[in-house]
Amino acid sequence: MNAENPEALTPRREFLRRGLQAAAAVAATGGLAAWLWNRHPPGDFSRQAVFDPRRDFSPRVGGPRMSIATGHDRSRMLDGALKALGGIGRFIAPGDRVMIKVNAAFATPAALAATTHPELAAALVRLCRAAGASSVLVTDNPINDPASCFELTGIGQAVRQAGGDLFLPSTGAFRRGSLPGGKLIRNWPVLNEPFTGITKLIGVTPVKNHQRAGASMTLKNWYGLLGGRRNQFHQDIDGIIVELAMLIRPTFVVLDGTQSMMTNGPTGGSLADLKDTHTLIVSTDPVAADAYGSTLLDKTFRDLPYLVRAAELGLGTADFESLHPIRVEAAPS
Amino acid sequence: MRITTARRIAQGVFFGLFVWLCIASAVGTGWWQWRGWPIRWFLELDPLVAVGTALTTHSFYPQLGWALAVIVLTLLFGRVFCGWICPFGALHQFTGWLTRKWRRPKQRIDANQYHPAQAWKYAILLSLLIAAASPLRRTAMASLQTGLLDPIPLIHRSVNLAVLSVLGIGSAGERFYSGAGLIGGLFLTFVLLNLAVPRLYCRFVCPLGALLGLIGRLAPWGIGVRKATCTECRLCDLNCEGACQPQGPFHASECLMCMNCLDDCPSEHPVRYLPRPSQGGEIPLPGISRRGFVASVAAGLVAVPLARLNGSTARNWPAGLIRPPGAVAEEEFLARCVKCCECVRVCPTNAVQPAGFEFGWEALWTPALNYRIGTSGCQLDCIACGHACPTGAIRPLSLAEKRGQAPFEDSGPIRIGLASVDRGRCLPWATGRPCIVCQETCPVSPKAITVEEVDQPMEGGGTVHLQRPMVDPARCIGCGVCEHECPLSGVRGIRVVADNETRQLDHAVILHHEK
Repeated sequence: MNAENPEALTPRREFLRRGLQAAAAVAATGGLAAWLWNRHPPGDFSRQAVFDPRRDFSPRVGGPRMSIATGHDRSRMLDGALKALGGIGRFIAPGDRVMIKVNAAFATPAALAATTHPELAAALVRLCRAAGASSVLVTDNPINDPASCFELTGIGQAVRQAGGDLFLPSTGAFRRGSLPGGKLIRNWPVLNEPFTGITKLIGVTPVKNHQRAGASMTLKNWYGLLGGRRNQFHQDIDGIIVELAMLIRPTFVVLDGTQSMMTNGPTGGSLADLKDTHTLIVSTDPVAADAYGSTLLDKTFRDLPYLVRAAELGLGTADFESLHPIRVEAAPS
Repeated sequence: MRITTARRIAQGVFFGLFVWLCIASAVGTGWWQWRGWPIRWFLELDPLVAVGTALTTHSFYPQLGWALAVIVLTLLFGRVFCGWICPFGALHQFTGWLTRKWRRPKQRIDANQYHPAQAWKYAILLSLLIAAASPLRRTAMASLQTGLLDPIPLIHRSVNLAVLSVLGIGSAGERFYSGAGLIGGLFLTFVLLNLAVPRLYCRFVCPLGALLGLIGRLAPWGIGVRKATCTECRLCDLNCEGACQPQGPFHASECLMCMNCLDDCPSEHPVRYLPRPSQGGEIPLPGISRRGFVASVAAGLVAVPLARLNGSTARNWPAGLIRPPGAVAEEEFLARCVKCCECVRVCPTNAVQPAGFEFGWEALWTPALNYRIGTSGCQLDCIACGHACPTGAIRPLSLAEKRGQAPFEDSGPIRIGLASVDRGRCLPWATGRPCIVCQETCPVSPKAITVEEVDQPMEGGGTVHLQRPMVDPARCIGCGVCEHECPLSGVRGIRVVADNETRQLDHAVILHHEK
C-alpha cells in the first residue's frame, strides 16, 4: 500500500481493515486451537479401535456333516464327497461371494504336498462357480513371500484359469482385532479386507506333520488369516489353534489326505516325506475332519492337545464317527 | 526510559531465565535443581512446536498453550518474540553488537540492507511444514523435523548438552553426550557467523522467525515512516536487526521489533512506531522465487517417504534404539519429538542420549538410551524424562504406571527393551568363573534374571559351583542396569535391545498372558 497512490485506502481505513483482520485471525487461532485441543492425546490407540474378528459362515440348514472319499484323483474325490453331503448346491447358493482359504504357506512345487494342491483348489473354484457363486476369492497369508508362494505352488495359475480371483495380503489388509474370550488373539492384526462382502468361507488344506503342533490340518490352516509377528504364537501353539477354531466357523472344510506328509513337516521338501493315503474329507466340522486326518498320520486326536481342547470347548466333535460320516469311493480316472 | 532500553532488559531477563532453566534441568534435591521450575517453558512458548505437532498429530497438545499467546502477540504486534524474547535471538544480537566498533557506520548500514536471500528461511519453513503435513505419506503419521532448525529446541539442545557441559556448570560437568561435538559445533558456527553478518541465523535460516513473519506481516501496528520529514539518510539501517528497511519500502515480515531505528532516526523522527501502513510503502513478505517454492515443496513432500524407504519404522526397525520409558509408538514419536533434548538433560543417570545418524537421519537428536555412557541404567523409580518432554513424545507417566502398580496391574510395568545374556562372553557361561553381578543388580522383584546352578568340572580336578544367568522376558523391563554393571566393560556379556518394548505392539517377543 502506498500513500502516494490515489487508489490506496486512506491510512485510517487501512488501519481499521488490518485491525479487523488481526482480530479475525486471533479469533480463528483460538477457534482452531479449541477444535484441535487434545483430540488425540499421546499414545492414544482409540483411533485404531479393535474389532471383533470372529467370522461365522457355518451352514444354517441341516444334513450330513462329514463325508470321506477314497481314491486317487482329487477332483473326483471332491465331487464324490460333496455329492454325498447333498452336493455343492447345499452350501453355495447363486450369487454367493465365496472365499477359499488355501494353504499356500511355502513357495514349493505342488508335488511336495506342503501346500494345497492346485488341482484341488481349481476344482473347488469351478464347483463354486457352477453353483452360481458370483465371485470366488482365494487367499492366504503364507510364510514365504506371498506372490512367490501362489505362483510356484501353481495355485495362482490354476485358480485364475478356473475363474477365481487371488487376494495377496498387504499390511493394510489386516486390522487389529480381539477375540472375545481369547487370551492370545488380543489387539492382533487379523486379515480383514478381503472378507468384505464375503458370504461363504471354505478351507482347503493337505494333511501334514507339524514339528510344533503335531499335525497341521484344517484348524491350523486358519493361522494364515493372522498377520503381524504371529510366530510368537508358537510359544503356545495349541492355545492359538484353539483360538483359531473359535475365530472361524467355515461353511465347510476340505482336508486333502490323497498324500499325507508323515515327517519333516510342515515344509517337507522330499517325496520321501509323503505317503499315499488316498483319502479326502469334507466336513462342516473342522474338529471332526482333523480328528479323522490324525489317523492318516498314524495318530489319534488324543495325540493333538488342540483337538482335545477344541472338542472340550464344544467347537466341534473329535469323535468323528458320531457324525456318521458318509464313505464314498471315487471312481479311478 | 527508551523503548530500546526496555527491549534490552527484556532480552536480558529472558536470556537469563533461559540459562537458569537450563541449569535447573537436573533431577536433584538442591534448590537450584528441578523442583517445580518450569523447565519446558520456552519450548511451550514456541509456536513452531505447537503448529508442527498440530500438523503431524492433528491435535493441539494442551501443554503448548503458551504458544497461542505468542501467536496472538505476533498477530497484533509483529515479531516481538524475535526481538524481545527469543534467547537465541538475544545471543545473535549480542554477538553482532560486539562487532560494532570494528566497522564504520557506512559498513554497518550496508550490512543491514535487505537481502533477497532472506526468503530462504521461508523456503526452509515451507519444507519442514510440508514434511510435517506429509500428504504423500506411506505411513500413518508424518515426520516432525522442525526441531533440526527451530531456534528454541536448538538452543536448548546446544546449551544443555554442549555449553553447560564444556563450562562444567552445575551437574553438567560430569556428564557425557554422544554426538555433542556436532551439536555444539553447529551452535558455535551459527553464533560466530554473526561476526560476519549480523543476525545471520534470524534473517536467513530461522524457520520460527519465518513462521512469525508470516503470522505478523499484517499486524495493525508497526514501524513506519512519515515521508514528509524523512531525508532518506539511512541512519535507521545503522543498527537494524532484521534488515527490514524502515525508511521504505518496509519489509514488514523481516522487522524484529528491535526498535533501534526509533533511536537512530534524527531529530524530526520520521521513523516511528505507528498504526501501519508506512508511507514509505510496504512489502509484506519477501518473494520466494517460483523455483525456490517448487524446490521447497518438493523437498518437503519427498523427504519423509524417502527417509522411510529404509524400513526404519517398519520391518527394519533399529533394535538398538531404546526409547525412554513412556515414549509413544515410533511413528507417533517421530510426529511429536522436537529434538529439544530436555529428556536427555534431565535423565539423572545420563543414560538418555541424543541419537546420531545410526538410527536413520529422521531420528537425529531424538532420545535413545545408552547403558554404557551413563552412571547406571534407567532408574526404576524415575519418571523425569516424560515430565520434561514438552510435546508428549514421551508421556508424563506416573510411577504407578511405570511400575505396573495399582491401578495399572493389568497393563504391567512399562518395558523399554529386553536384556539377553551373551553366553559367548558372560563370565560364568563362557569362562567358568562365578559372577552374576547382573542378577544381583536386577532391580525388579521378583528378579528378571534367574540363575541355573551347576557344578562344573575344573581343568585341574574338582568342580566349581557356577550360577549362570538367564533372563525371563516376562519380567525384564529393559532398564539396562545389568548391562551397565556387567564387568565386561568393552562389549557387555548381557545387553539390552528394544525387543519386547511395551510401546510397540509389534515388537512383542513373548505372549502376554492377560489376567
